[in-house]
Amino acid sequence: MENFPLLSAITFLPLLGVLIILSINGEKEIVERNARNAALLTTVATFLFSLVLWFSFDKTTAGFQFHEDAEWLGGGIKYNMGIDGISVLFVLLTTFIMPICILCGWNTIKTRVKEYMIAFLLLETFMIGVFCTLDLVLFYVFFEAGLIPMFLIIGVWGGDNRVYAAYKLFLYTLLGSVLMLVAMLYMYGQAGTTYIPDLMNYDFDPHAQMWLFLAFFASFAVKMPMWPVHTWLPDAHVQAPTAGSVILAGILLKMGGYGFLRFSLPMFPVASEELAWLIYLLSCIAIIYTSLVALRQTDMKKLIAYSSVAHMGFVTIGIFAFNIQGIEGSIIVMLAHGFVASALFLCVGVVYDRLHTRDIDRYGGLVNIMPRYALVFMFFTMASVGLPGTANFVGEVLVLVGIFKVSTWTTFFALTGVILGAAYMLFLYRRVMFGELTKDDLKAFLDLEKREILIFAPLIILTLWMGVYPSTFMDFIHVSVDNLVTQHEASMATYHAALETVTGN
Amino acid sequence: MYQTIVFLPLVASLIAGLFGRQIGDRGAQVVTCGALIISAVLSWVAFFQIALAPGDHALNVQVLSWIVSGDFNVNWAFQIDTLTAVMLVVVNTVSCLVHIYSVGYMSHDPHIPRFMSYLSLFTFAMLMLITSNNFVQMFFGWEGVGLASYLLIGFWYKKPSACAAAIKAFVVNRVGDFGFALGIFAIFMTFGSADFSVVFSDVTSYADQSIHFIGMELDLLTTICILLFIGAMGKSAQLGLHTWLPDAMEGPTPVSALIHAATMVTAGVFMVARCSPLFEYAPAALEVVCIIGASTAFFAATVGMSQFDIKRVIAYSTCSQLGYMFFALGVGAYGAAIFHLFTHAFFKALLFLGSGSVIHASSDEQDMRNMGGLRTKIPVTFWMMTIGTLALTGFPFFAGYYSKDMIIEAAYAAHTGVGSYAFGLGVAAALMTSFYSWRLVFMTFFGESRASKEVQDHVHESPQVMLIPLYVLALGAVVAGYVFSGYFIGDHYEDFWAESLFLAGENVMEAAHHVPTWVVASPFIAMVVGFVTAWYFYIKEPSMPGRFVATFRFAHALSFNKWYFDEIYDILFVKSAMKLGYIFWKRGDENIIDRYGPDGVSAAVVRVAEKFKALQTGYLYHYAFAMLIGLSAFVSWFVLGGQ
Repeated sequence: MENFPLLSAITFLPLLGVLIILSINGEKEIVERNARNAALLTTVATFLFSLVLWFSFDKTTAGFQFHEDAEWLGGGIKYNMGIDGISVLFVLLTTFIMPICILCGWNTIKTRVKEYMIAFLLLETFMIGVFCTLDLVLFYVFFEAGLIPMFLIIGVWGGDNRVYAAYKLFLYTLLGSVLMLVAMLYMYGQAGTTYIPDLMNYDFDPHAQMWLFLAFFASFAVKMPMWPVHTWLPDAHVQAPTAGSVILAGILLKMGGYGFLRFSLPMFPVASEELAWLIYLLSCIAIIYTSLVALRQTDMKKLIAYSSVAHMGFVTIGIFAFNIQGIEGSIIVMLAHGFVASALFLCVGVVYDRLHTRDIDRYGGLVNIMPRYALVFMFFTMASVGLPGTANFVGEVLVLVGIFKVSTWTTFFALTGVILGAAYMLFLYRRVMFGELTKDDLKAFLDLEKREILIFAPLIILTLWMGVYPSTFMDFIHVSVDNLVTQHEASMATYHAALETVTGN
Repeated sequence: MYQTIVFLPLVASLIAGLFGRQIGDRGAQVVTCGALIISAVLSWVAFFQIALAPGDHALNVQVLSWIVSGDFNVNWAFQIDTLTAVMLVVVNTVSCLVHIYSVGYMSHDPHIPRFMSYLSLFTFAMLMLITSNNFVQMFFGWEGVGLASYLLIGFWYKKPSACAAAIKAFVVNRVGDFGFALGIFAIFMTFGSADFSVVFSDVTSYADQSIHFIGMELDLLTTICILLFIGAMGKSAQLGLHTWLPDAMEGPTPVSALIHAATMVTAGVFMVARCSPLFEYAPAALEVVCIIGASTAFFAATVGMSQFDIKRVIAYSTCSQLGYMFFALGVGAYGAAIFHLFTHAFFKALLFLGSGSVIHASSDEQDMRNMGGLRTKIPVTFWMMTIGTLALTGFPFFAGYYSKDMIIEAAYAAHTGVGSYAFGLGVAAALMTSFYSWRLVFMTFFGESRASKEVQDHVHESPQVMLIPLYVLALGAVVAGYVFSGYFIGDHYEDFWAESLFLAGENVMEAAHHVPTWVVASPFIAMVVGFVTAWYFYIKEPSMPGRFVATFRFAHALSFNKWYFDEIYDILFVKSAMKLGYIFWKRGDENIIDRYGPDGVSAAVVRVAEKFKALQTGYLYHYAFAMLIGLSAFVSWFVLGGQ
């Protein structure tokens, strides 16, 4: 077991599923059924396999674990895999969300089922790869390649205006990634390596750091997304099929935050510190601006998409607080958002499957006939507004505790988002769920079925678990975050010392 | 034992809520009422053990670790001292009675298990709030009761007004929580901990220090205390953040009694009392508390005089009485504030449940203009309401007499500017309290009936299951003041409170025992004047109110329209938020960002693409494929060529 390439196995297991699905032939119905089963089986197997990480991860060390090292492109570019406390939970989040995604498209996807499942499995490989790889080039490949299946999922299985949404996603991301690629090439030229742990220890020239930071920022800010490069997200969510939205909100958005933690902070510490004001500013604008916009939405998915932007504002604020609470909080917010936003999109999916519209005004009074659904939706509404006892609260409170030490203004503005968040979520819930059931086309709605309960149950359990006893999860990240903060403080100390010698002369 | 007290209601709530259909209405009622009876009995046991036994018996109970991150370390833990024990008794007693009362009151409702589940959930959250040993768990309870309040106000979800009131309550409370949260962050940053014991034992070393807060250089402890107090203002409906409380009356009446009179709304008072070690070193913050409290007491009383909805009158009365508690805190009379909280819980719950009985009797009518003459038809309710009114107005030897008069005397005895302000407004509010309370009794129970024929025929006394809780509360409203005043505010003060309340200087209540006679007499006189005026207006000369309104048109309009707070807030916050949201969405996102961002680019792309029609096969595969090839070519060329 010692030399078993566990991470590669987890990463590429979905590809095996792809091969199996590709090999299915025969009658349309049988193909579809088998494709579904194969995809579910693969994702569940991947999840079970990834649980090995959960149990055998060493929580006492900040170094990279499950390390793999193989020759690849040559010239110092190797195939390197490894995870630390920052990435391990994202890997698990990905493998956990995937079976839910497969299940939620079970009956609703009727065209090109085979291709649909393949796209999701490919996406899973790329997403896990992003969180596992320790090589810059490999990271770039995974990071960008993930866009393709997502692009297809929206473009092929999406709503009426899917092409526009897919384009928008593509354009934004392309812009960011081109800049990031240039920055990566420069870094390779400077440091002579693409091995991420080495790059973390390499001291880039403070002036160059600024440009490198901004280049990476362009890519991560789009993925996050941060204001003002967020407008692709509402459209992408609205047009994507439910499972696509779940992936998007649950995992893809986290890549931006992960990128900041893995690259921006450790590799460009000086620039991060110097440009933190910009992050605070953009995040605060994002929180208030998108919360206000969410208040006015008439499309359920758009509303939740805008709320995602606001939540991600907390993540960036936390990361750039440069202290343990802020960073741990931002990781928890990301994980919590992975559960809660996913669940909210699934909630929208439940009624969308029944009425095929996301227009809030077409609903109303559903609580009368769907009590179970009402309970689930209420639970996640409250989780989304950060009620204590749910996962979001733990994350948000840590982020705010962290940022309060650094900037009270930022805390002040970010907290207004908490008020507005309550307003738009409760307003949504009221319009959809409460009131008399007057609309005829709603009267035949059935409450949640077994499959849907099966989808929601694990999300509810995890949201509560992380809200009541987050130590189970946070124990994974303590040492790595502690190390990240210590390293950051050390490099800042060096930088300031150097600065003093220069001015001293 | 303490785990049982706190978690039993949660268990009952989950059983009733999740398995309501299986165990049925009766099952849900038995489970929740049973759990609450056990909790209430144990709470009294705790009260005798902790508070009444001589000596300090405060104890800490660890349950589970909660959030650990760096030096931020918060546990699930209980701190049981006299203050908590008092609150335990108040919360569990009233909650238990309200649970039982609800069995009768809600008997025709189709959603009994859900209602009972919410009530128990509320009780659990409230217990978490009052037993907490740190600020974060207190915040958990704080938001938890907010959730329960939201669910219960909106319990009749078919009524749009109930849904609106529920959202309003939650959001306005969030505004308060905004301050509370900032306060907690500031506390953690200063003290490195959110545990009460650590923070309170360390206060003196931070006196007179300053904090850099949103661009200002402010006194540290004052800032922290005012931020905390903003939270208290939201929860306890103090002037400025009070607008949700009257609307909250949309909920079923037992809810109003439990949450919006006896327990949840007093959480703010509890919190300030709990933080007395902090506030004692922030005199400026105490002055703010005093001014806001006195102003609220006065303001809410003026509004209460002109309302016609029986529950709204009592709601404004609650708001006003909470104001009394706050200015008592503000002058340092913590014991008196908590004592008033304690007695108020009994008589205000009694008044609410009594008014529920009235509403129940007159076919869900709440407008007092359509009542009248009910005295002979529902005599038991009438007598219960009268007892509640006597207690509220401070009739000698009833509960309110001890606590409210003490507060007014303490305000005078403080001999400070704000103390005198509070004293003046407190006496004026006492007059108005007496007026609107008797006005309520006279309009409802005296005179000719103004109800329709069908309603009149239907009027009936409530069943025993609703009346028994009234008897118990009435007993409390009569004797609670006399029996416990010695402990809360009298000779046994120090032994009773032990370490749970802190005083840095002189005990103002000691001085309050030696104020001039006219001060002692003034609330009594105010009460009598209020009673006589009400009697003259509504019994002797029923045409008087109309003539009065015609003469003092402006004053009446101000009072009747609640000083236009709702209208002003609507324009200032609700409308402008909606407008801004629309502008950001349509102008910001669509007209600026998209137009010059992706749409502009894609328009260009489309123009280019049209020249290469061959690529336009309609399927996105091709684009994706092209992208993949381009990407790999890009990467390999740069990387391999870079060597």
